[in-house]
Order: sequence, then C-alpha cells, then structure tokens
Amino acid sequence: MATVSMTVNGNAVAADVEPDTLLVDYIREHIGLTGTHVGCDTSQCGSCCVMLDGDSIKSCTMLAVQAEGAEVTTIEGVADNGEFHPMQQAFHDNHALQCGFCTPGMVISAIDLAAKNPDIDEAGVRRGLEGNLCRCTGYHNIVKAVLAGAQAMKG
Amino acid sequence: MTEHGIGVSVKRKEDRRFLTGNGNYTDDINRPGQTYAYFLRSQVAHAEINGVDTSAAEQADGVLAVFTGADLAADEVGGIPCGWGLTFQNGDPMIEPAHPALAQGKVRHVGDAIAVVVAETRKQAKAAAQLIEADLNQLPAVVDMKKAIEGGTLVHDEAAENTCYDWAIGEKADVDAAFDEADHVTSIDIVNNRLIPNAIEPRVALAEYEAASGDYTLYTTTQNPHVIRLLMGAFVLQIPEHKLKIVAPDVGGGFGSKIFHYAEEAVLTWAAAKVGRPIKWTAERSESFMTDAHGRDHVTHAELALDKEGKFLGLRVRTLANMGSYLSSFAPAIPTYLHATLLAGVYTTPLIYANIRAVFTNTVPVDAYRGAGRPEASYLLERIVSKAAREMGIDQVEIRRKNFIPSDAFPYQTPVALQYDSGDYEATLSAALEAADVDGFAERKEAAARDGKLRGLGYSTYIEACGVAPSAVAGALGARAGLYESAVVRVHPTGSVTVFTGSHSHGQSHETTFAQLVSEQLGVDFEAVDIVHGDTSKIQFGMGTYGSRSLAVGGEAILRAANKIVDKGRKIAAHILEASEADIEFADGSYTVKGTDKAMAFGEVALAAYVPHNYPHETLEPGLEESAFYDPLNFTFPGGCHVCEVDVDPDTGVVDVVNFTAVDDVGRVINPMIVEGQVHGGVTQGIGQALMENAVYDENGQLLSGSYMDYTMPRADDVPSYHVSTEETLCAHNSLGVKGVGEVGAIGSTPAVINAVVDALAEKGVTDVPLPASPQNVWRALQEAGA
Repeated sequence: MATVSMTVNGNAVAADVEPDTLLVDYIREHIGLTGTHVGCDTSQCGSCCVMLDGDSIKSCTMLAVQAEGAEVTTIEGVADNGEFHPMQQAFHDNHALQCGFCTPGMVISAIDLAAKNPDIDEAGVRRGLEGNLCRCTGYHNIVKAVLAGAQAMKG
Repeated sequence: MTEHGIGVSVKRKEDRRFLTGNGNYTDDINRPGQTYAYFLRSQVAHAEINGVDTSAAEQADGVLAVFTGADLAADEVGGIPCGWGLTFQNGDPMIEPAHPALAQGKVRHVGDAIAVVVAETRKQAKAAAQLIEADLNQLPAVVDMKKAIEGGTLVHDEAAENTCYDWAIGEKADVDAAFDEADHVTSIDIVNNRLIPNAIEPRVALAEYEAASGDYTLYTTTQNPHVIRLLMGAFVLQIPEHKLKIVAPDVGGGFGSKIFHYAEEAVLTWAAAKVGRPIKWTAERSESFMTDAHGRDHVTHAELALDKEGKFLGLRVRTLANMGSYLSSFAPAIPTYLHATLLAGVYTTPLIYANIRAVFTNTVPVDAYRGAGRPEASYLLERIVSKAAREMGIDQVEIRRKNFIPSDAFPYQTPVALQYDSGDYEATLSAALEAADVDGFAERKEAAARDGKLRGLGYSTYIEACGVAPSAVAGALGARAGLYESAVVRVHPTGSVTVFTGSHSHGQSHETTFAQLVSEQLGVDFEAVDIVHGDTSKIQFGMGTYGSRSLAVGGEAILRAANKIVDKGRKIAAHILEASEADIEFADGSYTVKGTDKAMAFGEVALAAYVPHNYPHETLEPGLEESAFYDPLNFTFPGGCHVCEVDVDPDTGVVDVVNFTAVDDVGRVINPMIVEGQVHGGVTQGIGQALMENAVYDENGQLLSGSYMDYTMPRADDVPSYHVSTEETLCAHNSLGVKGVGEVGAIGSTPAVINAVVDALAEKGVTDVPLPASPQNVWRALQEAGA
C-alpha cells in the first residue's frame, strides 16, 4: 500500500492504495467521487476524462501514484457554487447529452479544447473530440454546444 | 400552448445531475459489506466441459466462494428463459435449448461463463479466476449460417441443421404467380452486418439478500426492471415478486442491449444469498463485446416483381437470421414479428411472401438492437427498390411515388398482417427533397468531380412499426408476455405531482417529456411534476422501454391516469362549488362552473381531497391518486424520408457523408428538441452500420472485433451535422396522436447511405457494395468492376 495525496476539486485528499491502483479507481472508490465514469477501461471512450494540472487526461490510463501532488478537477468541481460553467450551460442549452454517461468526460474534454483553442470551428471540435465516444447524441448537439461554450468562455 | 406544454422545446430536468457528476448509475452504488464477482469465461467457441477444478481458486486471498454450473444445477436454478415462442411452418414449436446461467456440459461461444469467483475485492476475484482449471475438450465451431444449416457441427444436439425454426408468412403460390406475370424481376443478396450495441455504460449488477426478511434486491442496468423481475424471479430463481426488488437507476444507454435478462443478474442474485453479502459485478468492455446481445446479422435473398411501368407486383424474401448460441429474451421475434411483417414498407405491393429460418451458431446471442428487425426490412426494401429503378431506367424518386400507399388510403391493410393507421409519404418525401436541395445536386456532383471525388445521392422512404405493442397481436405471434404499460399519477395535498411510470429512461428524457405532458393535462407547473421510474418497489408494474414505446404506450397510460385525476377533481369541485358535475369545466388548472365566475384552482381541489372536511364522503374516497394500464389497439407507424449525399474517394475507397437530411413523421411532437436529438443519435448509428461497424468472427468463433480498437464506433469526426425536421400525421388510435421516435434514425438512414454510395459508384460500373461500405469494401468493389 502507498499513501497517495493530491488536490481534487480544490480539496487536499489522501488515501492508502495498492501501487497499481488506477487514477480513476482512486477518484471513484477511494475519494468517492463517482461522476467520473469508466466506459471501456482501454483509453478509447473518454468517459473517465479529468483535468490534471490543466490538461484533460484519461484517468483510466494513469496510476494514482503518478498523480501524486497533482491538481485534479473532476466533473464535480466544474460548476462554481452551483452555477454552471459556461460549457455545462452550453451542453444544457443545446441538448448535448441524453443518457449522461459520457457527459462528464465530454464536458472536461470540451473545456480543455475550448480553453486552448478559443476560436475553434466545427471541424476543429469534431477533430478535438475524437477521443470521446458518445452513443446517444450522434455528436450533432455536442458540436453545437462546444462551439457555443467556447464562445461563452471567451466572454 | 404553455411555456412548458406540449410542443415546446423545454430544457431537460435530468441535465443538472448528469452535468455535475451527480447521476446515480449502477456502478456508483455500493452496499455495506459489498463483495465483488468475476466471471471466468470460455476462450474457445465450442467445447465439452470435462471438469472444472476450483480448489486452488477457493484457497486464494480474499475469496469467499467459487461457483460453477454444477452448483447451480444442484440448487435447481433454472435456465435463462426466452420470452417468445415461434413455430415451424408445420406448426411444430421452435427448438428452444436450455441456457444455463453458468455453462453445463458445453461452452458454446467465446465469453460463455464457466465459473464465478466472489471475493473481497475485484482484483482478488479476477486473480483467483486465473487459478480455476477448466478441462475443455475443444469441438469444431460453426459461425457461418450457411455452413451451419448444411451439415456444420451442431451447437445444440436437439437442433437439427442448427435450425431454431423455419417460419413463413404470406401465400407462396400467389406470390409465385405474380412473378410469373412480371415484366421485370430484380433480385438482391444482402448480408445485413452483425452489430454490437455498445452503450457507453457497461452492464453492471449488484445483488443483495436480507436473510431476516428473505428479501432480494438487484440493482441492474436494465431497460425494463419488471421484465427482469418476472423472467428471473419466476423462471430462474423461483423468487416471488414480493420478495424480489429490481432497481434500474440511471442507465447509461441501452439501444436494446439492456432489455434482456442476462445470466450475470441471476448468478449474482443467487450467489448473494449463498455468500450472505452483497455482490457487485461490473463488465469490462471486452466482456461487453462478448456477452451483450449483438444485433442484425441477417443473410437475405430477395426478389421484387414489377410490371413494365415499375409498379410492384410481388416480393419474395428468404432470410437466414442468426440467433447465436442461445436464445436471448426476445430473439425469435426480431426477424419474424418485427421484420417480416414490415416488408410492405410504404408501398402498395399486393403480394408478399417471406421465409425466415433462424439459425444457431457458436457466437454471442443476437437480439434486438435499435430498430430490431425493422432496419433489416427497410434496408432490404430500399435497396431492392433503388436497384429495380436503376435496372429499369426509372428515376429513384419516381419509382417510389409510383408505389406509395396514397395518403387517402388509410387505414391500409398490408398483405403481411399489419394495418397502418395514418401517414403521408409524399409529404415527407417532398419536404426532404427540398431540404436536401436535390435540385442542386448535379451542380454539386460536378464540383466534387473536379476534386476527384465521386458524389452520390441516395434515398430511403421508410416506415416502421413501433409503440410495441398490442398484447393480443403479440400473443398471437408468440409473445409470452403482455405489452401494455402502466402509470400512477399521485397528486400531493399541495398540488404537486409525482408520476410513477413503467417506462424506463436511459437517455430518452422521460423526466422532461412526461412532465410536459402532465403539466399541460393538469394545468400544474412543470417544476411541480416529478417522474419516478426504474424501481419495482415504487412502480406498480411496467413492461419497460424498447420499440419506441415509451410515449405511445407509457405516455398514453400516464395521460389516462391524469384524466382520471381530472374526473375525480370534477366531482370534488362540484360538491364544494355546489354545482352539478355536468356543469363543471376544467381548463388551465382551474375548475369552473359553466356560465358563472365560481371557480376552484386544481391545487385547492387537491387540498380538499386530503383535508376532506367539506367532501362528498358518501360517493367518493379521499385522496387524489389514480392508476391506469394501457394496452394499445395497434402499433404506431412512424415513417419518413432520408436523403444522403456522399463523396467517395476512388483512390482510397473512403466514403464521406457530406449531407444528410431526415424528414420524419413521428406523429405529434411533445418536445422538438428531444425528438431531434433522438433522430441525430439514430442516424449516427445507421451511418455507423452503413460505413463502419461490423462484428467479425473468424471461422473458429473468435471475435476479432472485440475492442474499440477493432470495432469501429462512429466518432465526432466521422459524421457531419444533419438537417432534421418533422412532418406530422397523427396516430389514429392514441389520444396524443404520437407515434414514437427512438428508432426512426437507425431504421431510415442505413439504406439511404448505401444507396448514395452505389449511386456514386454507378458510373464506374458498380451495382452493389456490401455492408459496411468500409474503404476496403468500396475499393474492392471498384476493382472488381474494373474501374
């Protein structure tokens, strides 16, 4: 067992875990934040995306010990005191989610994409979300939402 | 129309919890003392089990128990049942082999469960499973359906020629006579590719047993908790309904694959009592690929007889339908009840004969996947109609118009059992032609040619039968259950409302759509209505969500319960307002006495029902809660026109969908935003089937496309944005006039895409491309045509 400490959504957390514990299992099972999902356990679907030191990463493909000391933001930490982040608001306004399972990873990826590419266009969004699978929406409304969310984040 | 009423794109109630990480999916639930299960699965497709030695696994760290099929047999646990019985043409019942929850005697597909390990942690369970020694005597596997019926190894000894049933509909002699008279016959061979549903949430089960009360609880990722309670309780574990609670909380997509009762649910529920602690199982994605029921997988030869004008005279269809290794819950119904009965499509074809032979193979069971039988029917029809037009030199639109059932011909009785109640196929076609700017296609094709691309245009004018279904019709065709829906509307003393529905939302937005419906019907605020679903201990009964039935069947049940509320309220208001019941009118949330200014708000009536000081006690009970069961008189028949425009790169075979237009008639639209979202998702799955997705087995029964690296799911950059709109004819037999929208996208789109690809390649001499039209398949078709 190893004690792994990091900051999650602004809170200092620590847990004793097996050295081979994945970051996503650390977050879900040890910290108890179940908003981050596991859809494929092979880095293909993106449901497990979290922000780690400012980048969207797939938390099923990283060991918790590798995130020692990191700043992590999960979907639970995206809203500000109950106020939607502009990207969450854009997803809501554009019906960019149906079953909601891919949504946490999709929103995290979208925030990262828009933050780094404020003037992104449709082709850029489609390319940028290539690592996130959604089976419900056909991406149509997700793309609309990310374009709207990117605009709102600029403001 | 109110701000949140019928016809308004109200934003969804369910979004906030999903967008903030507060969804409650099955894997998010943990119970005190919880243990974990891991299933040891067969790595070979077909083998005799000589023995399973679990002794080392039982001694491993953290292991509480290891169970095999022998343990289930010793406890007289039943097999996984099938909910639908078909017959051979001579009336003999279909062959229905046993489906043990853990393999007994043989394993029959890669992924068939041999044993389950229960341990303190998931890791310990998985590690211990590797210590189990299964002594298997490998047998030849049969994967290809044609080989299976022509002397291939038997998947089940009792199923001669691996045939589950050989069934037919229509008068063959009459249809043959029509072919004798025909001026032209078009024939087509189709392999409707096998698909893997791939809801992004893997299946999960968490079972718990309370010894003191004898109560079982199963949390599971299902689309229909009461159906699971019925199948598992009555047929597998002999647990009566009042001792078995099934909870399907937030479910992350289903697309059909979460309808069925799966072995893991039964094994965990049984084992939870044996071990005396809760047990959780969460599928790894590779397990999803090799245990979730697959979809489609038909091999069809079809012939269309036409007169010299291009009028259809008859249709003859012969289909092999893959059942996989065991019969999944509704598998036998898909190629028959939901496929063969749809073969009239939107056309007046007077004579139709279809022969369906269901075949066992050493593959994962095949069952309903979004559309379930209807995509296969639409694909067959729309491909053969397009091919006939091309062969006869008739315009693609013209041949369809020439054969449409006219809008004044409803109700229209087809030759294959169904009676369509309403529709206007010309309306959706002409709207689609305009929206797709078909007039400008020639110019766009020229422009594409200048870029070295082959541009093609493809149509699909489809219909589907949904809102499944009338119980009497389903029963006559082999269903072993009813297909009604139930609802309870509970009005609280202060006038807020809780609706309990037997439908289940796993993305369909019921919490919003149903609240709009009730808000409009009772005149209460949208925010004052909550929808409860997915828990057999809360919902009186339900048949669940599939076949685009939630609004057309479940919504109608809610409406009927709400109408009973209105009627009871009228009696209360009449008493308090000292008027005759016949003089009380209800509108916009208020009861008024006709011709006077005397009125009571709905909330006041609710309060009076629970504080019945001034109340007609002689004739009326206090309280304001009503229940309804609704069994429809007919299916609903959404339909429409999809137009697809593609660019094909002749050097690489890559197909790019550049425009996709869908104009659908789904009846009355409650929430346009949600309806469009359903179409977007369905169309993307249809494009996935057309261009990318394919479940591939090798001849030994190994699933080659068993991961997201190999099974090509549509991603954001594989599809364009769509043009989606609706035309409206009302369903004639439900009071909302709704038809359902869940499956139209997946049913209408696939043939439009392939017709567009064939159109693009026609100038190179290509007349057909197989599903999926992957770069390899397209490039090969071009080479074979000598292009």
